[in-house]
Amino acid sequence: MTDDDDRVFKALADPTRRFLLDRLFERDGRTLTELESELDMTRFGVMKHLKVLEEAGLVVTRKSGREKLHFLNPVPIRLIHDRWIDKYTERHVSALVELKNQLEEES
Amino acid sequence: MSNPTQTITTQVYRVYIRASAQAIWDAITKPEWTERYGYTGIVDYDMRPGGHYKVQPTEQFRAASLAMGNDLPDVIIDGEVLEADPPRKLVTTFRMLMDAATAEAGFTRITHEIKESAPGVCQLTLIHELPTGSYLATIVDGSLEEYGAGGGHAWVLSDLKSLLETGSVLAGGPS
Repeated sequence: MTDDDDRVFKALADPTRRFLLDRLFERDGRTLTELESELDMTRFGVMKHLKVLEEAGLVVTRKSGREKLHFLNPVPIRLIHDRWIDKYTERHVSALVELKNQLEEES
Repeated sequence: MSNPTQTITTQVYRVYIRASAQAIWDAITKPEWTERYGYTGIVDYDMRPGGHYKVQPTEQFRAASLAMGNDLPDVIIDGEVLEADPPRKLVTTFRMLMDAATAEAGFTRITHEIKESAPGVCQLTLIHELPTGSYLATIVDGSLEEYGAGGGHAWVLSDLKSLLETGSVLAGGPS
């Protein structure tokens, strides 16, 4: 799964791609033409950025009639979030719960 | 949907899971699986077009919800099976009855698509069509997680992936 995480981090490392994700966060299901109109960049440039986002799983496209719509997919970011929470937070949380129990028993 | 003039938003969630399409299908449609991850509901599908779909809370979920001041009804989600093509596609209507505010969105629509993307790996896509700006939309997109409403579909799918791949759910969940 490390390869997947790398792709997500690399995709997020670029300001244009973060801008595109922000636009999709505001309103999902946009066409390339709509997204392109908000950027001072060639259509081909925007397509390349969207392709990187799609390969990282952060953007999912679906066909609607003749149009291809772009949707923000929050799951890859969630997986990274859960992975770190799982690994590092649990120990601290359980230690605090134990401390609370001990203190309450003493009082 | 309850109000025909209401604009509809489509939310799309996709996750890749190292499991067979059948295993993922079972994890979505069988109560012995659904009570183990995410919001831990007990599902009941009558798997044919027009058949019922309902979810009841586990005792644990009911107790946790009551502790937060919400006494859950016996059925927390109801709907109807629109299309069932095991183990590839499932389309249902979906109405959340946890409280009056979630029920207000009426019958929304959820599509699950399962496709093999590489040997032993499947792509699971969940598409939820629901009223734009509704309270339900903010619950299922995870916006209300810090208020104890859970992380919505992204969290549920992440938990499902963890359960199928490792045999246990995530530590960070509210259960």
